[in-house]
Amino acid sequence: MSNMLTESDGYRQLASDLLAKAKRSGATEADVVIANGENLSVQVRLGAVDRLTKAREKRLGLRVFVGKRSASTSTSDFSPDSLNQLVEQTCTLAKAVVEDRWSGLPAAKEMAKELPDLDLYDSTELDTDRQIELAKRAEAAALAADERITNSEGADFDSSSGGIILGNSHGFIGEYKSSSFSLSVSPIAADPQTGAMQRDAWYAVQRKFAKLDAPEAVGLEAARRTIRRLGARKVGTKRVPVVFDQEMAGSLLGNLCGALSGYALYKGASFLTGQLGKQLAPDYVTVYDDGRMVGGLGSRPFDGEGLMTRKNVIVEKGWLKSYLLDSYSGRKLGLPSTGNASRSVGESPSVGPTNFYLVPGSKTAEEIIGTVKEGLYVTELIGFGINMVTGDYSRGAGGFWIENGELAYPVEEITIAGNLKQMFQDIEVVGNDLVFRGRIASPTLKIGEMMVAGN
Amino acid sequence: MAQLVPLDSFGVTEREVCAALARVKVREIDYADLYFESSVNESISMEESLVKRATKSISQGVGVRATAGEKTGFAYSDELTRRDLELAADTARYIARSPGGVQSVPAPVHARPAHDLYPVPQAAFEVATADRVTLLNQIDAEARKYDPRIKNVMASFNIEFKLVMVATSEGTMIGDVQPLSRLQVTCIAEENGNRQVGSFGGGGRVGFEFYTGANRHLEYAREAARTAILNLSAVEAPAGVMPVVLGGGWPGILLHEAIGHGLEADFNRKKSSAFSNLLGKRVASEVCTIVDDGTLPGRRGSLNMDDEGTPTRRTMLIERGVLRGYITDKLNARLMGIPVTGNGRRESYQSVVLPRMTNTFMLAGESDPEDIIRSVDKGLYAVSFGGGQVDITNGKFVFSASEAYLIEGGKVTRPVKGATLIGSGPEILTKVSMVGHDLQLDEGIGTCGKEGQSVPVGVGLPTIRIDEITVGGTQSG
Repeated sequence: MSNMLTESDGYRQLASDLLAKAKRSGATEADVVIANGENLSVQVRLGAVDRLTKAREKRLGLRVFVGKRSASTSTSDFSPDSLNQLVEQTCTLAKAVVEDRWSGLPAAKEMAKELPDLDLYDSTELDTDRQIELAKRAEAAALAADERITNSEGADFDSSSGGIILGNSHGFIGEYKSSSFSLSVSPIAADPQTGAMQRDAWYAVQRKFAKLDAPEAVGLEAARRTIRRLGARKVGTKRVPVVFDQEMAGSLLGNLCGALSGYALYKGASFLTGQLGKQLAPDYVTVYDDGRMVGGLGSRPFDGEGLMTRKNVIVEKGWLKSYLLDSYSGRKLGLPSTGNASRSVGESPSVGPTNFYLVPGSKTAEEIIGTVKEGLYVTELIGFGINMVTGDYSRGAGGFWIENGELAYPVEEITIAGNLKQMFQDIEVVGNDLVFRGRIASPTLKIGEMMVAGN
Repeated sequence: MAQLVPLDSFGVTEREVCAALARVKVREIDYADLYFESSVNESISMEESLVKRATKSISQGVGVRATAGEKTGFAYSDELTRRDLELAADTARYIARSPGGVQSVPAPVHARPAHDLYPVPQAAFEVATADRVTLLNQIDAEARKYDPRIKNVMASFNIEFKLVMVATSEGTMIGDVQPLSRLQVTCIAEENGNRQVGSFGGGGRVGFEFYTGANRHLEYAREAARTAILNLSAVEAPAGVMPVVLGGGWPGILLHEAIGHGLEADFNRKKSSAFSNLLGKRVASEVCTIVDDGTLPGRRGSLNMDDEGTPTRRTMLIERGVLRGYITDKLNARLMGIPVTGNGRRESYQSVVLPRMTNTFMLAGESDPEDIIRSVDKGLYAVSFGGGQVDITNGKFVFSASEAYLIEGGKVTRPVKGATLIGSGPEILTKVSMVGHDLQLDEGIGTCGKEGQSVPVGVGLPTIRIDEITVGGTQSG
């Protein structure tokens, strides 16, 4: 990333030039986003290099408004001719769609004024051999952990860094750099008696290399998660309490984000339509979305429209206090933007969470499992059986059967079913084990009752 | 024969291509290729009766790959200068750990694919935006006309026009023009506070005429509206093990999840698939014969050649219940000593090649579909599905019904809410006891994800009876 500064200066100029060109081509408003980055990814398998990938890329997205009509385009070709054409094409495209009275940039006075340094960038450059070594150490730790670990899908070490520049016709221009380092291991274990195989995985991801867990720790946790699945069986069909581990509880919060999206809400395509200000969950459930968390994986100094990011309370003591909105979906719903515009280059603007989490309670995962006489501890969910319009929920699951407050044996080939709206109402216990391994995080959660289908 | 893609579509010369190949193909490298790609994606969408979003995206780049033994070195660039090609070549051959040193590679012979499965002229494909706007407006009107309880109609129309060129160290240089389009309709119905959704869509490697010619777009609108209205009266789905009848077409996603992924060669070479070591063994009942076929004209999963320049073909996966073959790319075929099946695919120049499915389907059997339903006393009849997923290693797969009915006393009765079906890949097809004579391919909406890469695929199925599978509803007994 040595030439990042000069490139960034060039890209700021490019953004201004394109905005000026768009204006000359008939745009009344416009914004430009330019993203560039580098990535190095290594995968080792059974101690040898399996795959090595290196890339540099850049991409530019342009959105124009011609009155109340709008279109978006993107390209990886930054040659002057190509960009001139793109501006023309974007304006032509905008003129071909119909007027939408709600369309337009946010008001000029709403643009972010101070852009804090959220410590999202680490200049550490890892060379290929170093990344190979780290991945090998992680996989070796997993393979050595237990003789039932007989194979591996490999270990990956990825490092990436990049910059974002956003400028618009209000004169706003902002930029930030970010980086990420991640390590994952996926061992395979075989049952010595039956030969039946199980695979699981574990990972670590950080913006700062120095904060990443030791490779051995990641490998050992991957091995532990894989071994404990051996001997999994089906269980009978019954209605029981279900405990979601951190990762799976995080997936429920991910579902909540989808339902809170302003775009789903104004279309009537969310089970939370009309629920603002109503009670969503018990009073010990509080959810925040915090775009300003220092070093956070979902943090950014400004959102996809150049508005200030902030810490929003989404659910306060059980009451639904805020949706996730950008200026457009906000206008449709008669609400201000929440600073959640997400702008991936090449896509239509949408909304997304920043650092979205459920505030931890006081019980450990063991204590929560201890409250269950008979039930399920879910550690894996597969499939897409979620209807966001109704909240109906039915997914493939794996995990452990709980008997008398303890994990009795691993289970697989079962489903859990319910309705998300009801499931949030039925949160009985919130764990104390909140850890951020992504933009969305949750402590362990216990849901009062769900239908488990098996034999 | 398909048309010849000229190299200057990518702004590079044959000399530059040869130089880059020679630079990457050092002695320890078994195979190297350059994949040039240029694509344009356009999308328009409608909601609240307004066609208010239009996007266009242009992408161009090259992926340079080298393989040595089991190792793959890969680099890509969105710049196509000589300098960028050299840098990418140096990165790709890093895995060989040998000094640079130009080796001579055979001069590439410029060829065109043997198949010509989607001869859509670009002009017939890239119709005026105004025509596409009209298409979506007609869909809105048709869906709302279907029933006043339809409260919102969302529709999107996507087209992708892709030029690709693969130059290999084996001395081939072969390109393809790959059009792809898709029309998707979603309706929301509402009655007394009960809100339900229904979706339908289709497409393929087809031009605009495909949608408007026989008013197919209006049929999509009516189908989406019908499903949304139907779901207003859906009852809770049953939970537990029961016989399930799958309708023809898209329910073929069962094959894709339950066995297709498990038969991809990479997982089998690494012995991480539940199907490893089952070649020649019985994995399905005798009535099941399943193929992967990339050569069906105009289908979404079809290709004139795969992304390594290998012609696509029909590959027998399961013949009368016995596992016959895997789906391969060059790397895995070479390492396993089995034939290349033309299934080496990649999402774009930014992704590595993986063995992937094309169109995967079960051949027609002999049963009458009505008899199949009549044979079930108490069970589920599922005719449409959302997505699915599989755990390759333990073989457990799921797929989620979006339109299903109870079967009671041999008759299809009430519609039920969506439910996920879960089973075990190597076992489930042994429980297929009847296969209908009504093979149907899906409408052309499938996208398959693997290692973060999405590629278009197709599936197909006749009506079949599965004697028992776990249904993840909410109603016991």
